[in-house]
Amino acid sequence: MNDSQPKLVCRNVWKLFGSGARDFLRAREPASVTGDDLVKAGLVGAVRNVNLEVRDGEIFVIMGLSGSGKSTLVRCLSRLVEPTSGEILFNGENLLAADEARMIEIRRHQMGMVFQQFALLPHLTVLANVAFPLEVQGVKRQKREQLARRMVELVGLSGKEGVFPRELSGGQQQRVGIARSLAVEPELWFLDEPFSALDPLIRREMQDEFIRLQSVLNKTIVFITHDFDEAIRLADRIAIMKDGAVVQIGTPEDIVLAPATDYVAEFTRNVPKAKVIKAQSIMKPVQGAQPKTSVPARATVSEAVALFDGSNECVGVIDEAGNMLGQLLRTDVVDVLMRG
Amino acid sequence: MTAPANSSVEAAAGPIGLPRGLIPWIVAAGAFIVLWRFGGAYDWAFEYPSAAIIPAGRWIGDFMKWLVNEAHFGLFSFKDLTRFIAALIDLPYRCALSLLATGFLKGQGSGAVQILPPLSWVAVTATIGLIGFHAGGRRLATLVVLCFGFLAAFGQWQSAMATLASILVAVPIGVIGGLLLGIAAYRWHWFERALTPVLDLMQTIPVFAYLVPILFLFGFGPTAAVVATVIYAMPPMTRIATLALRAVPSDTLDLGRMIGCTRRQMTWRVLVPSAKDSLMVGVNQVIMLSLNMVIIASMIGAGGLGFDVLAALRRLDIGAGLEAGLAIVALAIALDRLSQASAARAGTMTPPAVSTSLPARHPYIVAALVMIVLAGVAGLAMPALQTYPPALQLSTGSFWSNVVGWINVNYFDTLEAAKNAVLLNILVPLKRLLLGLPWAGVTALLAFAGYRLGGLRLAMLTGALAFLIAATGQWEKAMITVYLCGISVVLACLIGVPIGIAAAQRDRLWNWVQVIIDTLQTLPSFVYLMPAVMLFRVGDFTAMIAVVAYAISPAIRYTVHGLRKVDPRLIEAGTAMGCTQWQLLTRIKIKLALPEIMLGLNQTIMFALSMLVITALVGTRDLGQEVYIALTKADTGRGLVAGLAVAFIAIIADRLISAGAARTKARLGLE
Ligand SMILES: Nc1ncnc2c1ncn2[C@@H]1O[C@H](COP(=O)(O)OP(=O)(O)O)[C@@H](O)[C@H]1O
Ligand SMILES: [Mg+2]
Repeated sequence: MNDSQPKLVCRNVWKLFGSGARDFLRAREPASVTGDDLVKAGLVGAVRNVNLEVRDGEIFVIMGLSGSGKSTLVRCLSRLVEPTSGEILFNGENLLAADEARMIEIRRHQMGMVFQQFALLPHLTVLANVAFPLEVQGVKRQKREQLARRMVELVGLSGKEGVFPRELSGGQQQRVGIARSLAVEPELWFLDEPFSALDPLIRREMQDEFIRLQSVLNKTIVFITHDFDEAIRLADRIAIMKDGAVVQIGTPEDIVLAPATDYVAEFTRNVPKAKVIKAQSIMKPVQGAQPKTSVPARATVSEAVALFDGSNECVGVIDEAGNMLGQLLRTDVVDVLMRG
Repeated sequence: MTAPANSSVEAAAGPIGLPRGLIPWIVAAGAFIVLWRFGGAYDWAFEYPSAAIIPAGRWIGDFMKWLVNEAHFGLFSFKDLTRFIAALIDLPYRCALSLLATGFLKGQGSGAVQILPPLSWVAVTATIGLIGFHAGGRRLATLVVLCFGFLAAFGQWQSAMATLASILVAVPIGVIGGLLLGIAAYRWHWFERALTPVLDLMQTIPVFAYLVPILFLFGFGPTAAVVATVIYAMPPMTRIATLALRAVPSDTLDLGRMIGCTRRQMTWRVLVPSAKDSLMVGVNQVIMLSLNMVIIASMIGAGGLGFDVLAALRRLDIGAGLEAGLAIVALAIALDRLSQASAARAGTMTPPAVSTSLPARHPYIVAALVMIVLAGVAGLAMPALQTYPPALQLSTGSFWSNVVGWINVNYFDTLEAAKNAVLLNILVPLKRLLLGLPWAGVTALLAFAGYRLGGLRLAMLTGALAFLIAATGQWEKAMITVYLCGISVVLACLIGVPIGIAAAQRDRLWNWVQVIIDTLQTLPSFVYLMPAVMLFRVGDFTAMIAVVAYAISPAIRYTVHGLRKVDPRLIEAGTAMGCTQWQLLTRIKIKLALPEIMLGLNQTIMFALSMLVITALVGTRDLGQEVYIALTKADTGRGLVAGLAVAFIAIIADRLISAGAARTKARLGLE
């Protein structure tokens, strides 16, 4: 895991919809506010006392059912929605203290966002849509089209530059959305349920595509989803939201192995543990002979299973440099598989 | 008295078996009848005391005089402002008119020399055809060429081009103005709050009424006519623009902010283009309403086809009037289809071509220019190509006059007898009855209805508006308006609702009916007057026929919509219970469609009122006539007061019916 300086920090952030929200929070100890208090005051607690850190280069997934406040939270992080109270630090800079011009500057050059409903402009071609953020910044035509072409190519839509959005399938439209959000080369990339509007098969394909892109780009990502499997597949770390509050933050492994509440346990129940548990988590020190085959430390147990053929009792675990860290034992792997 | 919102109490039966909700109504009606029959001693309740009349007309007149003569906004006076607006409109109008109709002249009056001829009829028709082809393919091209060919062949070309010139100026101004107002209303809540009542009033106040101040401010002529047209056509564009902008998905707004758009970029680069499809509906509305205004605007100097219709109507030359009227319809059809096709096309744009040569990038523009030049040159050699040869002109004018003559010779007695029977047995007694009612009683009754249907605020509104009508001395004329409007609406509903019921159950029939009422709605309202005048000459009866014909479309449309919206599961349930078709219709469908049908009634009344004002031309004696007289005298105060009275009647009817529909809806659990 990456231990560098957090890219984005969110401290005690609240967003209450309804009139008098600010006074409401000021009048009491925020930590002790309950759902009933909010109902009585006629307020909607879309985001309640959220604390989280997004580290440089990680994929941070926010997972929660519909209406749990994910979209509101991610819009607070980019200040599209003004939080009722709290603090948001981006590269150490307090976003809530930034003025309009500074926010425009930050959004233009350092942030990108992908939307659930794609939000493509119907009157522009694919190329013009992708180049639009640059056009808004006043980048010269030739330069921006050149950049946009590269992005279109990156998301695999070469040849569709001159097509209008409505002639594309949903998956292709979202690829345009992704290319557009990448055109300004943001450091921080928000994706608000980018694949939720797509068919399951296409969704799977887009997730693979996303993983591929991230391996090339290494962005800091805040990814929103309501699909727990998607979260597990993509996340370095997951925050689970319920009724506006974050109930647990941790790696997929942490969450599956030690759900903090019954609510979280509900989600994890049907997840095969082998798909989540990493080789490094159950490896034992190497004793005696060196294992013949090996897997990377971050591979999941289910990825290692195939290597246990008849002759193998153990499989090595190596780090990125190829050093042997430990070994997986057949019994431990079977144990994980049996746990479901 | 029970609280107005308490419907469960009302549904319960009272002591004498009547629904309890009815009792207050009966008491109120009883009190009203007592006042009416036995209140003779209270003169003031019947005739508003003249000493107490509010001289609103004079105040408005004085205000207008002050505005024109004295009002000053620091740097410039009000008069400068109107002159500036006039100049702004006049210049493009002159250009369009020269281009299409008169040619470019040098010098003044009869001594003017033509230095460049106008576009020839061939060039204009071909250009329109090209636009049609571009927007909607061969079929549309054929249609618009036929429409314009009709204008040329029936000798309406010159007038039609004058009309087209004013439309070409009015439409862009109306569209841009409406869009800007719509954007402002979208952006600033306070602006919308201030604008909405103004727009509401604009849609209920008869057009004639604001012709008067415009005439006063801008004088008689095409400029004033364009101003009036713009004012008339702009409100729907404003509304549609606000709604269209509101309908832009929130994700798209977030996108705009996320990529760091400035406010201006947000409006013009994100919002407006995203809302384009809906905005085009507004553009179409502006075009249609501008055409609707053609005849009315000719009363303050528009010229063109409108003037021809009006002049023909005044001298009762049915044939000529009908032809000019049909020419307006042809123009309307062509422009309507063109704008609709362009809107649809805007949705499916083809990507911009990459080739660089001018003809390849803009094939249509180049083709049109080439054609215009060619036609111009050819026109010099062959005058028939420049101006449609009069020898080839067709006219059905005498045909129509003959038809009317023939009908009158053969059926005069029958028609006359029918007319007189209706007049004597229905119209005249009803008119007497309404005129005999005490204004104080009617006002109180309206306030009471407002209270029962919508609470105290509605009661204050209806009561106050009714009182104002009386207090400005308009009561008698208002009652004549109410009588004509009322009888026409009843007739329109008696004919329209059964047609709607029949059509709602038969898809094929509904398709036909839809085509017919759509067409009826494209016709300028004046066109309705002509056949009525042809057959029945002038008078209340004629006015009634025209109003019924105009107002029947909403009655049909809303009935059909209401019936079709009834939840099919309820009908299934009814069938399962063994209802007959008739029971299904009366017990379930009509009951559930009632709120929608009431809204239809509402629209029918609005349509009827707007048409009724126009029938002033055929000699009614109601508020419309008052406005019309004010118009001929350019008496702003008089016109506005009478116009506002019409608007008040419309508002009272609208609010009462809407409140009633809302209550019915709530009672049926449809909300
Ligand atoms: N502009 C708003 N005004 C009032 N309530 C809102 C607004 N936006 C969101 N909400 C409420 O906040 C809650 C969280 O919404 P949202 O953030 O969209 O959830 P999610 O994205 O997880 O589905 C919901 O109950 C929603 O109704
Ligand atoms: Mg959401």
